Amino acid sequence: MIRGLSRSQLPPLLRAIHDPPRRLYVRGDSELDVLMKPAAAVVGARACSPYGAQVARMLARELSALGLVVVSGLARGIDAEAHRGALDGGGTTVAVLGCGIDRDYPAAHAELARRITESGGLIVSEYEPGVEPAPWRFPARNRIIAGLCAATVVVEARERSGALITADFALEEGRDVLAVPGEITSALSAGTNALLKLGATPVTEVADVLELFGLLREERPKQRADGPAAVVLEALPATMDELVQRTGLAAGAVAAALAELELNGLASDGEGIFRATAGS
Amino acid sequence: MIARAVTHALVGLDPRRVEVEAHVQRGLPGFAIVGLVDRAVQEAKHRIRSGVASAELPWPDGRITVSLAPAQLKKEGSGFDLPIALAILAAARSVPPDALDGLAAVGELGLDGRVRPVGGVLAVAEGAARNGIDRLLCAVESAEEAALAGVEPLPIRHLAEAVAYLKGEHVPVFEPNGRGVAPEPKLPDLAEVRGQERARRALEIAAAGRHNLLLAGPPGTGKTMLARRLPSILPPLEPHEALEVTRIHSVAGLVRASRPLIAHPPFRAPHHGASSPAIVGGGAGPRPGEATLAHHGVLLLDELAEFQRPALEALRQPLEDGVVTIARVGGHATYPARFQLVATMNLCPCGARGDPAATCTCSAQRLTAFRDKLSRALLDRFDMVVTAPRPRAHELAAPAAEASFNVRDRVVSARRRLVASVPRRTDDADELLSRAVERLPLSARGRARVARVARTLAALAGSECVDAQHVAEALSYRTPRELEPR
Repeated sequence: MIRGLSRSQLPPLLRAIHDPPRRLYVRGDSELDVLMKPAAAVVGARACSPYGAQVARMLARELSALGLVVVSGLARGIDAEAHRGALDGGGTTVAVLGCGIDRDYPAAHAELARRITESGGLIVSEYEPGVEPAPWRFPARNRIIAGLCAATVVVEARERSGALITADFALEEGRDVLAVPGEITSALSAGTNALLKLGATPVTEVADVLELFGLLREERPKQRADGPAAVVLEALPATMDELVQRTGLAAGAVAAALAELELNGLASDGEGIFRATAGS
Repeated sequence: MIARAVTHALVGLDPRRVEVEAHVQRGLPGFAIVGLVDRAVQEAKHRIRSGVASAELPWPDGRITVSLAPAQLKKEGSGFDLPIALAILAAARSVPPDALDGLAAVGELGLDGRVRPVGGVLAVAEGAARNGIDRLLCAVESAEEAALAGVEPLPIRHLAEAVAYLKGEHVPVFEPNGRGVAPEPKLPDLAEVRGQERARRALEIAAAGRHNLLLAGPPGTGKTMLARRLPSILPPLEPHEALEVTRIHSVAGLVRASRPLIAHPPFRAPHHGASSPAIVGGGAGPRPGEATLAHHGVLLLDELAEFQRPALEALRQPLEDGVVTIARVGGHATYPARFQLVATMNLCPCGARGDPAATCTCSAQRLTAFRDKLSRALLDRFDMVVTAPRPRAHELAAPAAEASFNVRDRVVSARRRLVASVPRRTDDADELLSRAVERLPLSARGRARVARVARTLAALAGSECVDAQHVAEALSYRTPRELEPR
């Protein structure tokens, strides 16, 4: 179902920005209240690293589990991970398109878009059905992402990344901007680290975001590892070969320990490098 | 005057009895060969004529018609030279026609009358044995190979020698050299690979359980080097497997005449430019491809994502059924192709992913296209996927690692255990597996793969049953999320 909202029907946060869209099209059967709920944007690079993907998914999962709406742009990379994480967390998520409301762009995310609308989320766009995706529409889309949310989290961004445009819009409107610190040698973190230097709030755990909304994460009993798993967990992040060398355990034992950690949500793997899961 | 000789044509690897009939009648001199023969057989006329002259035998006067029956069966290759020459000589009564009873012949003739070896002698000899023929006239070089099929080889060097035998003037003697088995190929050893404990372990498991293995990682991490060392930890072939492999390689002309029997698992590594017929076989008269040549051995696809997609998709049938079927207008040929697949690939087109010292410059679209090249169906055929990140310098300085023969011992005993009894999962292991299906993105197929690898791990550990620990390790070889097509 596609609905059109006039400027006066826009959610108050979006109406408050200095050039709110003339019309906003909404796809999905959920109540429009979804757009009024407290929301956080999780955005970042399309060609992200496994680290970025993991962080985006984890943040979105935890935020949505506590009832925040996760807003992002349905693009590849961080955006898609944010939507997926929100779905994992059983919460609602809103995707803002830079093309006509009836389009799924990129086409590979049609299935993801379907899951978003089916699980109580919405797809929104300021473009009427049939409008082609075009590069110059994406910055405009980013102002809606920033406009819908009280806070914007940039997970990974190169210098001059589209995600930084979203952050700029958020700053202009006086919304909170948070950034996830990354390795200083990684080009993918150059944009986020620059934001931090300019004074963005660093995100090292979910609580950093929740605090802005006055939410507290309930203290869950911390999953604990013991035996070889604990030894391996101490030595992360590392490749499996490095773990064999550092712990003195056999390759088979290290693999078994890592599988156990992964199952308990304590570690995850990206391109052969294992990391302890932040926030757990 | 008519005479008859027997030989065999190959349909794929399957020998079919072919009767060579020669008829010499009065009339204008002429020489015709009929019976759906290819160019090589048509050209036999010239070789046979010169060969007969060189053997100082009279060429029959009159019109010669040679028919290869059954007439609807396509015949190709130069192995028909010898039987055709003998049938003509028998029809001309240069040799007694009944001397050809109870024997088969195969071989190419030189212009000087010498008999040259041809490919596929083992299959031809097996066909003879199956049809109750116990003697095979063949080139000296082919004798060892023919003897593997259990027929008595009659090794000859020259057409004149065959004629002398048929006249009862000479008996060619086959002296087995006692070294029918091909020497073990010089294989690169695992001791030469430093570090890479994880990939080494994976290689050992793959060898023990015959699991298909995919090694992924940035360039220069030794993926190919490791994959090439898989044959060095595989046990030798069982006798029946060795015969099968030898038959295939003989048809492809790849056996060594003096020591034909291939007793070690073959290793094939086609280049990534290979076409789909080169990999699974094909051609007008179908030829076995790399997948068949790797039967009972290892097929290495280096840089998997660089292969043409049709070539990769064509591998799905052999990976599933262990055979390749090639359909042609004139019928179809089935080749066995039960191989162990080992593949290597980078994590992205530019190769920088997985390398902490480099930054990937691939665009999102390029990355997606790269990953889309490997269909889920193909990825599903890999029981084990290992990502090998770039080793740090101190790993390269590590002491030399375990040598292949040690690892091979463990592989051999694990295989023996797997044959004797299949280890069963304990309750703990079952529970862990169900938990994994719940918590990880693990499909039903993925679950079956983990269970298979866990079984091999139990056998390698010498354990009676599959423990939770084995399942846990097996889980670490599942397809990582970054390789799944999105």
